[in-house]
Amino acid sequence: MNFEKLSAAEVAGKVCTGEVSAREVTDAMLHHVDAIDPKVGAYLTHLHKLARECADGVDARVAAGEKLPLAGVPVAVKDNMCLTGTRTTCGSKILEHWISPYTATAVQRVLDAGGIPIGKSNMDEFAMGSSCENSALGVSRNPYDLDRVPGGSSGGSASAVAAYEAAIGFGSDTGGSIREPAAFCNLVGFKPTYGRVSRYGLIAFASSLDQIGPLTRTVEDAALAYDAMGGHDFMDSTSIDRPLETTADALRSKNAEAPLRGVRVGLVREFSTEKLDAEIDAIYKKAYKDLEALGAEIVEVGLPTAEYGLATYYLIAPAECSSNLARFDGVRYGLRVDAEDVGGMYEATRAVGFGPEVKRRILIGTYALSTGYYDAYYVRAQKARTLIANDFKKAFADCDIIACPAASSPAFGFNAKSDPYSMYLMDYYTIPMSLAGLPALSVPCGWVGGSVLRDAPAGAPQDDKKPLPMGLQLCAPLFEERKLLQAAYAYEQATHHAKQHEPRVIPSAVEGPR
Amino acid sequence: MNYEAVIGIECHVELKTASKMFCGCPNEFGGEPNTKVCPVCLALPGSLPVPNRIAIEHMIRAGLAFEAEIPVFSKFDRKNYFYPDMPKDYQISQFDMPLTQGGTVRYWLEDGTIKECRLTRIHLEEDTGKSTHAGSGDGRIAGSDYSLIDFNRAGVPLMECVSEPDMRSAKEAVGYLEMLKRTFVQLGVSDVKMEEGSLRCDANVSIHPVGASEYGTKTEIKNMNSFRSVERAIESEIARQIAVVESGKKVEQETRGWDEAKGITHSMRSKEKAHDYRYFPDPDLVPLEVSRDLVEKIRKELPELPGTRFERYTKDYGFNIKQTNQLLDDVSLAVYFDATVQATRIASNGSGNPQQAMNFVLGDLSRLANESNIGVAESKVTPGHLAELIGLVDAKTINSKIAKELLERMWAGEGSPKAIVEKESLAQTSDTGAIEKFVDEVLAAHPDVVADYKAGKLNVAGFLVGQVMKASKGKANPAMVQDLVKQKLG
Repeated sequence: MNFEKLSAAEVAGKVCTGEVSAREVTDAMLHHVDAIDPKVGAYLTHLHKLARECADGVDARVAAGEKLPLAGVPVAVKDNMCLTGTRTTCGSKILEHWISPYTATAVQRVLDAGGIPIGKSNMDEFAMGSSCENSALGVSRNPYDLDRVPGGSSGGSASAVAAYEAAIGFGSDTGGSIREPAAFCNLVGFKPTYGRVSRYGLIAFASSLDQIGPLTRTVEDAALAYDAMGGHDFMDSTSIDRPLETTADALRSKNAEAPLRGVRVGLVREFSTEKLDAEIDAIYKKAYKDLEALGAEIVEVGLPTAEYGLATYYLIAPAECSSNLARFDGVRYGLRVDAEDVGGMYEATRAVGFGPEVKRRILIGTYALSTGYYDAYYVRAQKARTLIANDFKKAFADCDIIACPAASSPAFGFNAKSDPYSMYLMDYYTIPMSLAGLPALSVPCGWVGGSVLRDAPAGAPQDDKKPLPMGLQLCAPLFEERKLLQAAYAYEQATHHAKQHEPRVIPSAVEGPR
Repeated sequence: MNYEAVIGIECHVELKTASKMFCGCPNEFGGEPNTKVCPVCLALPGSLPVPNRIAIEHMIRAGLAFEAEIPVFSKFDRKNYFYPDMPKDYQISQFDMPLTQGGTVRYWLEDGTIKECRLTRIHLEEDTGKSTHAGSGDGRIAGSDYSLIDFNRAGVPLMECVSEPDMRSAKEAVGYLEMLKRTFVQLGVSDVKMEEGSLRCDANVSIHPVGASEYGTKTEIKNMNSFRSVERAIESEIARQIAVVESGKKVEQETRGWDEAKGITHSMRSKEKAHDYRYFPDPDLVPLEVSRDLVEKIRKELPELPGTRFERYTKDYGFNIKQTNQLLDDVSLAVYFDATVQATRIASNGSGNPQQAMNFVLGDLSRLANESNIGVAESKVTPGHLAELIGLVDAKTINSKIAKELLERMWAGEGSPKAIVEKESLAQTSDTGAIEKFVDEVLAAHPDVVADYKAGKLNVAGFLVGQVMKASKGKANPAMVQDLVKQKLG
């Protein structure tokens, strides 16, 4: 049996009923990973031994009668999350050999729920990037087209889940790092409300934006994962101290015929897809029609300040990162490049240890916080952030859920986005939600041929036969995770876009429904 | 020309809390290096700070003691700069919204003059680790072979008190610091042990002609390790600045280090190279909202502060400054003293006997404490028992000699002096008949001395009085003995 293709819900169900053991699932999964990961490159570190130990532990707990919501579920842990005794690199040379001596709260909660850590997944260095190409330690590929990127920064987790190397991938989303790779890899990528999932043990990029969430193949799995990882944590002052509203048990609408009856779906005027490729425009128009067909009332809303999201984000996030990444100084841990004096050691260590994108953002952020520029850049960006959040508040007076693209294009080829700004634009639709701290997700919404990338720069793959997935982004008001996942579930169950194509990297894959 | 100094003090005080400012590690001085550390205070990747509630309450306590404003909103900011013993390479501090703003420190000088110094603010931050540089000879990083870092201190809560430039002499600066110390110890917010580094201060010093309204260029003096060195350093710096100005030159704005051995300040770095700390609100910590209920609760629980005690001791009790300082410089002694006075008040059902209490506390009790190295407040002599003793003396039940002996026995743990007196009938006797009997015996036993007295050597009477006291085992009322001896010698 192909255990690796089971959803998290299916694995947990079978393990809890004793139909299979967590160990069997894990062994099968590790076998699959061994076979396929050399092609995909999802993982930076494999955790075979730990996975088997955890599986045996889960089997013992299940045997003792414990009901574990994620019993035996294979999990990919993004490599910016600490897991005791494992290498936690952040995709950076500066932490290439760093072993975390403690475990992130969200990771621990998933393990406590029965999850099995299969490996530490690749990522853009310090989560800065949208393609995983900024990883200093490995190349992750899109399982639907190995010549294309999986997206980023949670690219490794996206590759892993898409290629059945895990059922749940841990992602962290600062400006779109869960939603964009989910869209690129035919996955559900869910970023909860800021503060809903503890950041303790998540290596910070931009503290006021970073949020952990799951990448999964189904909405139900996203809900299960979220229920397990979320909730208040004393170790994170920014985590929200109010009870977690569970979602997995509330996905199904009572109205089977029109599950979205009574839900007002807002289409954002400023996010019109008219100017995008006709094929992509058609996909989103169809998605909105499908939502309407499910009973939703479609309304138009405005986010007039959303266009400043990118500029705002690229001041606030670098400002925070310039400070967050100061600790990587060669003194206590990680890479150290010796020099004549301590100042020289700092410079040499950071010059060698950080890649160009990380350096670029540290420089931008340092500049934005400097005396004389602080008010013009950082303070102004914070004001813009408030305006953007207020726009969402106003929009949510007229609607319950906002629907828009997750990304303006499907996965692109390696080296296609050679200038930083074109890469930054990949997060155009996801950044405003991050700035407002809102819960948002990407759910598969259709397929396009590679031909839509005909305007892509030289080097882009020309094979337009391979279908590539697109993602619909849904966003809800703060703490409305349940409403958000309900809408996504209704849409998924009605459309089944994700199941239309198998990833090409799977040996048995044949074109057709999976 | 006559110059006047203008002095402001910034001091860092480690707060007394069970755990560090942003993690659960113990806040204790010393220990094996790097044994009181965790992912948070080592700034391991992914760790996050969680503020210490007690430290925040200590700040409110300190602010209220000096009548500072406690704003409703406060926040933590990051002060960014690289230093090896600062694990995050930024310090969590407070920039523009400190926990307390303004306030006034009222202190007194050696002659009892009351002075005031305004506080700018008191803000909360975290301490750094400690570096030890080896091989450079002078312990400085320049020229060292290697450096060792102990992070036990990293993350210890630290309050920074910034004063306005209201002090005009080194003595005033010391008076101000002593007042801060007394108050913080009294409040229980810090131990204020300069030798353990739990109080560290920098002084900003400038001079200007007496009466001028504009301040001169200031220098900042660092590395002062005791109140005495603060006094010496400021005096030396004032003298240096006057010499600079008198020679027609200008005082440079700079940081100067105090050299204890040489007794001079030396230039450390000029202000032009000052850091841009790039302060910004710490996104890992939510803004603080200080509830008015908490402020009022803390205000109500404030103990009697040194300033009020000072008034009481000097004005109500009439103690001199030396006695007052002796009591106030050791809070436990002042508390003990007050408890004793209170007990004498209850026992006498009147105003009590502060003078006698002070005599005992600063006299015999302090002597016993010094001899045994046990604090008065920790001794076996309770304020209640001391009050009993004072009562016995006041009622002339015992004389001062017996009182002294009793106190030693109480120190040794014998408990209530009243009980001892009753049990051993140590009560002083004023029975004329009994005393007369002793006097007659003594006079009869020393005819030669009596003869001397009669021959005009009047000072031998003291010897005879002593002999009578001895014969009565000290119980005879000394005044009556004296009278009777003189009377008998006629």
